[in-house]
Amino acid sequence: MLTYVIRRVLIAIPVLFGITIMNFVIINLAPGNPVDMYMTPDTPPELLELRKEQLGLNDPIIVQYFKWLGQLLSGNLGYSFSTSESVGSLIGERLGQTMLLGIAALILGLLIALPIGIMSAVKQNSKFDYLMTGLSFVGTSIPQFFLGLLCIYIFAVQLGWLPVGGTETLGGGGGLGDRLWHMVLPSIALAVGIAGRKVRYIRASMLDVLKQDYLRTARAKGLKEFIVTNKHALRNALIPVITVVGMEIPMLFGGAVIVEQLFQWPGIGQLTIQSILSRDYSTIMGLNLVAAIVVLGANLLTDIFYSVADPRIKYH
Amino acid sequence: MSAVEAPVPVAGGVAIPAQPERSEGAFRQMARRFVKHKLAVVGFVVTLLLIFIAIFAPWLSPHSPYAVTAEFSAAPSASHWLGTDQVGRDVLARLLYATRVAVIVGFGTVAIYVTFGTVVGLLSAYLGGWVDLIVMRVTDMFMAFPYMMVILVVVSVLGPTLGTLVLVLALFSWPSIARLVRGSVLTLKQMDYVKAGIALGLSTPRIVFRHILPNALAPIIVNATFGVAAAIMAESGLSFLGMGVQPPTASWGNMLTDAQSISVMTDQPWLWLPPGIMILVTVLAINFVGDGLRDALDPKQ
Repeated sequence: MLTYVIRRVLIAIPVLFGITIMNFVIINLAPGNPVDMYMTPDTPPELLELRKEQLGLNDPIIVQYFKWLGQLLSGNLGYSFSTSESVGSLIGERLGQTMLLGIAALILGLLIALPIGIMSAVKQNSKFDYLMTGLSFVGTSIPQFFLGLLCIYIFAVQLGWLPVGGTETLGGGGGLGDRLWHMVLPSIALAVGIAGRKVRYIRASMLDVLKQDYLRTARAKGLKEFIVTNKHALRNALIPVITVVGMEIPMLFGGAVIVEQLFQWPGIGQLTIQSILSRDYSTIMGLNLVAAIVVLGANLLTDIFYSVADPRIKYH
Repeated sequence: MSAVEAPVPVAGGVAIPAQPERSEGAFRQMARRFVKHKLAVVGFVVTLLLIFIAIFAPWLSPHSPYAVTAEFSAAPSASHWLGTDQVGRDVLARLLYATRVAVIVGFGTVAIYVTFGTVVGLLSAYLGGWVDLIVMRVTDMFMAFPYMMVILVVVSVLGPTLGTLVLVLALFSWPSIARLVRGSVLTLKQMDYVKAGIALGLSTPRIVFRHILPNALAPIIVNATFGVAAAIMAESGLSFLGMGVQPPTASWGNMLTDAQSISVMTDQPWLWLPPGIMILVTVLAINFVGDGLRDALDPKQ
């Protein structure tokens, strides 16, 4: 087990290198550079050149890359070109917000998907099952921004039940209740897609498990159906579902960009868009690196969990 | 499914049988299984309808999607069935023309990445060794990227034209199908008829393209179908953020951008509800077709 983990981590390192290199290359393909953002009609070109020199933009790309890498290895992610804040702290402030939203969405999504998936499997081919299958398709097919817009339109604007965006009410106390209230709509916008995807997996996994002989034994022993389904079957059905839940994490990062923009949620997604628009290379590099690490880490954790949860799995 | 001498392409239930007597049995079975899924059939019909709209948009729309009229932000009326947008363009016309963008992006992206990914997967699995190792690491790399974030960076760098968009979306979709194909091929490599082919001295390309590929087709087709839906979703998301198709070209996604302003959202629902619904219906229909195909092509499920 330990050797497996070490091997995975070792393999991940060149992958991370590759990612950073690709990022660097892509960003440097851009026409224009961050210094152009400072330009006004009467900025003397010497000033721009000086700034470029200061930021190290005139060095050859390879030099720039290795400088960045060197800084990285000493724990420094660099400084934002637009705000001169440390990229590390910029990301740090916002990562928490995105993770909060992501975890809330994941929990909400699973809370919706589990009962529906289980019932659909138990009542296979019933009207309920077909209805839920249809709805789960709708859940995965609706674009997140459209769902978000609809939610805002219905719940915030027309009904006035929930706020339109942001994390807390301006000038308000910012208490836990207020923040939770603000989290509802964005979490729903993310959770519906998650739920739609998971319902199919949970249902399929339960269907596989429900056919098993050991459940027949349990029933023959006289156990109530409820216990058979929810204690014995579910435990084994959940194992493959864990892997799939792990796959949601990269998707959450993607969904975060759109939902955060829509609900003005101050997370990583919003930062991404802002830094892309202002060509803030260092922040973009930092963001992509952090995101890649999170994704690779999530994959690794899922695999480890999977092998721990299911003793039949052996990794060579 | 026994190996056939020539591949039998199946797409959406319409197949071209290579040898009428033998293949028709398999095709009929698949078509029958597909038709049993009413939702899949509905999805198929809707998809055909959308392709029809995309092709015949100029004849179907009452106005040009670029024509600016005097009445802007007008509510739906007799002359403008879905009203006009803030610049004065007919919403219905833009809606219909945007179908073209969706179809081009959807099918274009898939055509590119399925071809590329399948070839890479085939080669990687069949050649094995170093090639396989490198390909696997490269796909790992691509798959570790958070999709949306990286696409945003690339599109903003290369400029948001339709062509770049299609290429970029394809660039981030090929790894998953390459892995899929590789997995299939690795399994199929163990099959007796492949070993027989090798023993007979058949050339590698012949074995790969005539014996292995036809049997690996089913998951490729299913993946491709879902891929079309995913590409359309991705494009609409990018256009919504302003990083996709740019106005004045109409795309369902960019028709939704303005709805971020609360006043537009409340006062002019005709601007954003129709394109949003179109995206939903399109993606839903294609997903239904994909699901139907998955069940039709692989009865073990």
